[in-house]
Amino acid sequence: MTATLPVYTKKDFQTDQDVRWCPGCGDYAILSAVQSVFPELGVPREKFVVVSGIGCSSRFPYYMNTYGFHSIHGRAPAVATGIKLARPDLEVWVATGDGDSLSIGGNHTIHMLRRNVGVKVLLFNNRIYGLTKGQYSPTSEQGKKAKSTPYGSVDRPFYPLSLALGAEATFVARSVDVFQAHLKSTLRKAAAHQGSAFIEILQNCNIFNDRAWESLTEKDVRDDHTILLEHGQPLVYGKSRDKGIRMSGINLEVVALGNGVTEKDLIVHDERHPNPAYAFLLSRMDEHPGFPSPLGVLRAVDAPRYEDGMNDQIDAIVARKGKGDLAKLLRAGDTWEVK
Amino acid sequence: MATTEAAVRKREVLEQAVIRFVGDSGDGMQITGSQFTNTAALYGNDLATFPDFPAEIRAPAGTLPGVSGFQLNFASSDVFTPGDAVDVLIAMNAAALKMNVADLKPNGILIVSTDNFKETDLKKAKMTVSPLEDHSLDAYRVFPVELSRLTRLALKELGLDAKSMDRCKNFFALGMCYWLYNRPMDSTQRWLEDKFKSKPVLVEANKLAMKAGYAYCEATEQFQVSYEIPPARLTPGVYRNISGNTALALGLVAASQKSGLKLFLGSYPITPASDILHELSAFKEFGVMTFQAEDEIAAITSVIGAAFAGNLGVTTTSGPGMALKAEALGLAIATELPLVVCNVQRGGPSTGLPTKTEQADLLQALYGRNSEAPVPVLAPSTAGDCFWVALEAARIAIKYMVPVIVLSDGYLANGAEPWKIPSLDELPEIPVKFRTEPEGFLPYARDPATLARPWVIPGTPGLEHRLGGLEKQEGTGNVNYEPLNHERMVRLRAEKVERIAQDIPDVVPAGDPEGDLLIVGWGSTYGAITAALRAQRSKGRKLGHVHLRHLNPLPRNLGEVLKRYRKVVVPEMNLGQLLWVLRARYLVDAEGLNKVQGKPFKQSEIEAKIEEILK
Repeated sequence: MTATLPVYTKKDFQTDQDVRWCPGCGDYAILSAVQSVFPELGVPREKFVVVSGIGCSSRFPYYMNTYGFHSIHGRAPAVATGIKLARPDLEVWVATGDGDSLSIGGNHTIHMLRRNVGVKVLLFNNRIYGLTKGQYSPTSEQGKKAKSTPYGSVDRPFYPLSLALGAEATFVARSVDVFQAHLKSTLRKAAAHQGSAFIEILQNCNIFNDRAWESLTEKDVRDDHTILLEHGQPLVYGKSRDKGIRMSGINLEVVALGNGVTEKDLIVHDERHPNPAYAFLLSRMDEHPGFPSPLGVLRAVDAPRYEDGMNDQIDAIVARKGKGDLAKLLRAGDTWEVK
Repeated sequence: MATTEAAVRKREVLEQAVIRFVGDSGDGMQITGSQFTNTAALYGNDLATFPDFPAEIRAPAGTLPGVSGFQLNFASSDVFTPGDAVDVLIAMNAAALKMNVADLKPNGILIVSTDNFKETDLKKAKMTVSPLEDHSLDAYRVFPVELSRLTRLALKELGLDAKSMDRCKNFFALGMCYWLYNRPMDSTQRWLEDKFKSKPVLVEANKLAMKAGYAYCEATEQFQVSYEIPPARLTPGVYRNISGNTALALGLVAASQKSGLKLFLGSYPITPASDILHELSAFKEFGVMTFQAEDEIAAITSVIGAAFAGNLGVTTTSGPGMALKAEALGLAIATELPLVVCNVQRGGPSTGLPTKTEQADLLQALYGRNSEAPVPVLAPSTAGDCFWVALEAARIAIKYMVPVIVLSDGYLANGAEPWKIPSLDELPEIPVKFRTEPEGFLPYARDPATLARPWVIPGTPGLEHRLGGLEKQEGTGNVNYEPLNHERMVRLRAEKVERIAQDIPDVVPAGDPEGDLLIVGWGSTYGAITAALRAQRSKGRKLGHVHLRHLNPLPRNLGEVLKRYRKVVVPEMNLGQLLWVLRARYLVDAEGLNKVQGKPFKQSEIEAKIEEILK
C-alpha cells in the first residue's frame, strides 16, 4: 500500500513565528523560494529537517514548518551529517552563511562535501557578518572597510565555489536571492541531486553591506556581468549575447562573437564533466576582471553517498556474520570458570 | 643431569607476586605483560595491571624517555592494585633498569638482559659505569641473561635476519617468567598462532624463543626456587580479562541492545580513549555506527544530530577533546537530548601527559561550560565497572533527556582485571519511548516525575518542531527572551538533574559504618583505597570508605554519612577537586590526599595518610 502524499502549498511550510530579519534583507526572498519549492518535491513534510548554525541566515529553521535544528556556530554540517547517518531517509537541508560555513565552520563544510553526505547546503553569501553588526567576513573583498577593519581588510577572500570544488563536492551551483525563478530552479536541481549539494546564494545585507552584488543584479549591467550556465549549451553571455568563453591554453578567455568567432569555438558547458578542474576554472572567473560571474550549476556528478556507504557496510557485515549476539560478545576471547 | 636436578629444585607456594617487565618501547613489553596477565587470569588468579608507556610511539631506542613498562600483581587472594613494590623486575636494557630498579623490593629478583648494557647502551641511559659491575645492585638477586645471544641461538635454524630474531627476545623473557611461576604456555601459543596467522615463521620464532626461555631456566641452575601462586577464590562465574576501554565499549553495545536504539559513536582519535573507537568500529553486526569525525567538535555535534534522529549517541575523548566539546555540550543541555560523553582522563593541562593517568577533569565535567549548565557525571571505579557505568549513563541520559558525562581515566582504560561476565538478565532495562501522538504535543512539556521533555524524532508526522541553542519558552520551546521565563528554564534544567538523586542508590560505606575516619574516593583510586582500608582496619582502626559512582547529583545520604566519622579524607589524583565540592556542599572539614604524578596511588601512600591523620 502506498500512502498518498498530502498536496502541500507554500503555507504548509510556514511557521507561526514572526520572521525577524531586517526589512529588505535578501533572506526573505530565499525563505520564500525554499517554501515554494519544498511542496513540489514529493517528500512528506515530516521528513524534512532544516539545520543551521549561527548567524542571520541560521534563523532559517524557525521559519520552516518542518523538523529543524538551530545548532551552534559553524557546526550545522556536522549535526546534519549525524542526522543523515542515523536516518538516510530524511531530507536534510543546511542553511548557513559565509562566516558560519567558511570561517568558524570551514572544517565541517569541506569534510561534509568530501564525504558526499546527502545534505543540501544553502550558503547565504553576503560578504559580511550581519548578526554581530558588520565585521568583514571570509568572503569580503580584500581592503574591505568594516567595523573591525577601519583601514581595510588585509586577508584575501575565499571563493566559496572554488572551495567546494576543491573539497570535491559533487554538486556545486550558484544563484542570487533576487533571481527568484533561477533560484527556485537551482533549488529543484539540488533537491534532485544524490549526495552533497552546495549552493552559494548571493544575498544582499542591506544594513551592513548593501549592494554587495549590485554589479551582478542591476538590470542594466547584469547580463554583461554574469553568465548563466546551462548543461549542453555553449558559454554565451552579454546583453546582446555577443560574448562567449573559450579555452586558451589552460585558461579561459572571453571572446566577442563575430569576426570569424562562432559559438562552435566556445566551451559547451558540461556540468557532468568528471574532471573538477573544468568547474574550478569557471569558479575562478569571479576574481578575473573582465570575466562574467557564473550562475547556475557548475558541477553535478554522481558519486556514492556517505550515509549509504556507512549503512551498507553495516548491512553487509550483518548479512555475513548474522545479527550480533550480546551474550557471545561478552564472552569473547579467553574465558575461565570459577566454581 | 640438569633435568633431574630441576625436578628436585624447590617450589615455593606464595599468596601473591608483583612482576614488572621494562624495556624499550620497541621491545614489546606491553605484549609480554598482557600475555603473562592472560595466562595468570586463565589460571584463576585475581590480578591488576598497570601498563605504563611513553607518549612517543618510538622514542630513540635505548633512551630513558623510551622506557615502556607493564606491571602485574597476581594472587590467590583479592587484588585491588597493581602493587606498590615489585618482586620480580625484568629489565631489557640499561635505561629501563635505571628508571625502575628503585621500585624493586630488597632481595627481589632482577632479570637483566646483559646484551643491552654495552657502552653505547649505558651512554643512552646517561650512566657512566655499568650497574652490573659497580655493586649498586647488591641488594637484589640479580640474574644476568644474554637474552639476545640466547634468542638468536634458539632461532638460528629459521633463517631470520638478526633484527627479526632480536624482536623475539621478549618471548624468551616471558618463557623464563612462565618457568619461574610454573605457568603453562598454551594460551600464549594460541595467541601467537592467531596474531601471526599470515606469517607462520613469526609464530614459530616466538614460540621457539618462549620455549627456549623456559628450557633455559629448567636447564641452568640460575634459579634454585620456582613459585606457585594458587588460583584465587573469586565469586563463582565465568570470567574474562578486561581493560576499562574494552569494558566501556561492551557496556555501550549492551546499552544499545537493552534500549533497542542504534548506537552511534562520533569520535576523534585521542589517547587514551581511541581504543573505545577501535573496539566499537568492529561491532557492525550489532548495528553500531562509528563515525570518525574531522575533529572533536564534529564528533559531538554529529552525535547530537544522531540523538535528535533517535539514536543512542555517544562520543568518546580525553581532556583536551572535552575542552573542545564544551560548547556543544551546552547545546545538548539546551536542546535536552540524551548523549553519553566519555572522557578518559589523562594528565594535563593542555596536551599534558597523554599516556599517563589523572583525575583532574572533575571540575571541568561539573562546571566547564558557559552559564548554568549542569549535567549528570558518573565515574567507574575499576576496569570492569566501566561496563556497568556505561549502562547507567545511557539509562540516565535517556530517562532524563540529558547529556551524561562518564569520567574514566588512563589507568582504568589500559589496566586489566578479571571480570565476571554478567548474564543478560543481570543487565538493567533501558526503556525508550518516542512520542508519536500529535494531540497536545509541546516540545518542552515535561514529565512530572523526571522533568524530561518528550523525545520526538524527525519523520514523525504532525510533530514537526524546531530545537536550538537559543533560550526556549517553557512548554512550547519557541525562542523566548523573557527574563522570568529564562530563570524558570535555568532552574528547571538544574532541577531535572538534581532529581536524578531520587533514582540512584544511597551510599553504604565499606568497612565501619561510623568511626574515626571516612575515606571518600571516586574513579580509579578504588583499588588502592580498598587495599589500604583493609590493611588499616586489621590494625584495629575504625575506618569507612565511600566510593562515589555518581558525582552529580551526589547520593542523597552522603551528607549524613560524612557526619558519622570524626574525620574525612579525600584521596584524588588532582589538587583536591572532589574535596572542594564536598567542602562547599556539606561544610565538612575534609582534607585531601593529592597526587599528580601521572601514576595511580600506591596502597602505602594511602595508609601513610591514614596513619598521619589518626596518629
